[in-house]
Amino acid sequence: MRITRRDLMHAAAVTALAGLSVAKAAAEASGPIRVGLLTVKTGPLASGGIDMERALVMYLKERNNELAGRKIDLFVADTAGVPATARTKTQELVERNNVHCLIGPLAAFEALAIDDYIRQTKTPTLSVAAAEDMTQRHPNPWFVRATSTSAQCAHPMADYCAKELKLKRMITIADDIAYGQEMCAGFQRVFEESGGKVVQKLFPPLTAPDYGAYVAELKTDADGIFLGLAGSNGFRFLRQFIEYGLEDKLQPVGGMTALDEAVLRNMGDEALGIVTACWYSAELDNEINKQFASSFRKQFSYDPGFYAAATYVDAAVLEAALKNVGGKIEDKDAFMAALRATKVDTVRGPVRFDEFGNVVGNVYIRKVTRKDGRLVNSVIKTYPDVSQFWTYDPKQFLANPVYSRDFPPAKNLEN
Amino acid sequence: MQFWIIQILNSLALGGLLFLLSSGFSLIFGLQRIANLTHGAFFMLGAYIGASLLREHIPGIDFWLAALIAGLLVALLGGLLERLVLRRLAGNPLGQVLVTLGVAFIISDACLMIWGGDPIPVPTPQAIARPLIVGKLAFPTYRLVVVGIAFAVAAGLYVLLEKTRLGAMIRAGVDDMQIARAVGIRVSVLFTCVFCLGAGIAGAAGVLGGPIFSAYPGLDADMLPLALIVVILGGVGSLVGAFIGSFVIGAIYTFGSTLFPDVAYFILFLPMIVVIAYRPEGLFGRSRA
Repeated sequence: MRITRRDLMHAAAVTALAGLSVAKAAAEASGPIRVGLLTVKTGPLASGGIDMERALVMYLKERNNELAGRKIDLFVADTAGVPATARTKTQELVERNNVHCLIGPLAAFEALAIDDYIRQTKTPTLSVAAAEDMTQRHPNPWFVRATSTSAQCAHPMADYCAKELKLKRMITIADDIAYGQEMCAGFQRVFEESGGKVVQKLFPPLTAPDYGAYVAELKTDADGIFLGLAGSNGFRFLRQFIEYGLEDKLQPVGGMTALDEAVLRNMGDEALGIVTACWYSAELDNEINKQFASSFRKQFSYDPGFYAAATYVDAAVLEAALKNVGGKIEDKDAFMAALRATKVDTVRGPVRFDEFGNVVGNVYIRKVTRKDGRLVNSVIKTYPDVSQFWTYDPKQFLANPVYSRDFPPAKNLEN
Repeated sequence: MQFWIIQILNSLALGGLLFLLSSGFSLIFGLQRIANLTHGAFFMLGAYIGASLLREHIPGIDFWLAALIAGLLVALLGGLLERLVLRRLAGNPLGQVLVTLGVAFIISDACLMIWGGDPIPVPTPQAIARPLIVGKLAFPTYRLVVVGIAFAVAAGLYVLLEKTRLGAMIRAGVDDMQIARAVGIRVSVLFTCVFCLGAGIAGAAGVLGGPIFSAYPGLDADMLPLALIVVILGGVGSLVGAFIGSFVIGAIYTFGSTLFPDVAYFILFLPMIVVIAYRPEGLFGRSRA
């Protein structure tokens, strides 16, 4: 191998730069920690995104903007829920604001859009997005997820449907995006392995203007229907479902975003009694959550839901990891290792991570009830320490293709 | 059999809503040659106004009155937009289209600021909230009423356009604006009237569509392409075209999404492409000299 002068110059420059950044890091170790929040404040996803910011700001305020003895500077970027913008904003946060770590983004396709970039720049990221393979077949070493994968809550929901609700034949309906497909696939796998049958699978487009055609098509001789819908879709579907008089024929149950607190506060009696599974409920009976939910409600006059809880949990994980490394976030490798080794009690209950950086935590089966005049998700059963692999062996789980429309294959469809 | 009956009714209901959405769009497009991209935002704004009127439970305001109020408010806004902004850009169609797009963004972000990001339901009027049950068939009563309203609005617009003096002037303006001006029709007043009318119908349609769609951020962007498809298919400025186009698209969407769910969106846009390629003026449009 010949070493040219250019190579030498290059190597020298790199060494010099590395030296500089080490010096810079050392100089800054006492300064504030800069945290970037990737959220969505405009467009259709804004409801969740605004909650993400509110809860995170609340967490920091409660601690006087200080974690592990260091001041926190928060930089908030609005990705508008567009992958390309998410990418640009991430770059801006990392290169212009020099953030030490990122919280967010909200949506799976945003997370996928910044996947390469956070690998390249080695930016520790505490994500909210659910894309399965980010912590499975293509794990990103700079990524931790304290919320759940798409199917992590669908597995226990399916178990509950089969064993406790004793449903035998079910329909699944979900948005035709990776999140909806992965969730339904997970539901189907566990439900069918527990003896049930998924007899119909529907995937309306994310922006379906009208669900009438889908509702009319439902097999009314099935026992129940699993709603893998997100945002306002679950709520719109459910209203039309009732409009067609189907609520007595099919029992609706839902995934983690179908009847989120954000949607519930605009619903009426039609939501009563519906069972959903999620890693959080504003009604959770632990001390941290009681305090969080009541002060959130006091401040914004509504219950925190999925997205508010997500960044509040992320912040707790961040704080715990920072404490473990004595606030030295500049040593990225040590900090990342600490993040993944974090075990902390949060609003959702105890949180720890598997070797892929995905959370192992409780999943709650919740039922909509009325309390003090408002609709709430009351917890009726807790599945403790649920992993993204459910009860399966991770090796075997990962040997399968990622969950999708066609995997696992649906053998019991009746057409 | 049951499947077909229900899906035909579904097609009609969706078609009715599409007609309420796109008739105003078509009128404005026909007369002013403006592809009014604010139309989806007008629809959404109407839905939000209706939703908040009904949420406050103001005595005396029922669903139908809320639709009327929303229609009038949105019509007013449309009139202002036409008088204050579009008027100044007369003769610059590209500029006008861009302005309407800009205003659409402003409206949708203003809605987000005022009403937040959560979907807000528009309650179905109590009296017709339950499904209509005939034998083993259950069908939402409200949707049938929507079909009825769409037919009534279509008839009203037809009478307005074909049987009244104002209608004759509008038609003259659509066919040849310069000659219409030459024979003494005040086309600029017509512009404002038609813009208000179109915007108002869209605003009221937002409330009428509310029990089905709800009011949510992004409703505007979901609706606008549908209005475009209908108008391109039916023919610009043609009421009959908008009417037929709406029901054709309603049927294609409904049957497409049940019979070929994987390609539902593709099927929706296919007729538009065919029409543009073989009959650019639309099924019922008149070619312009």
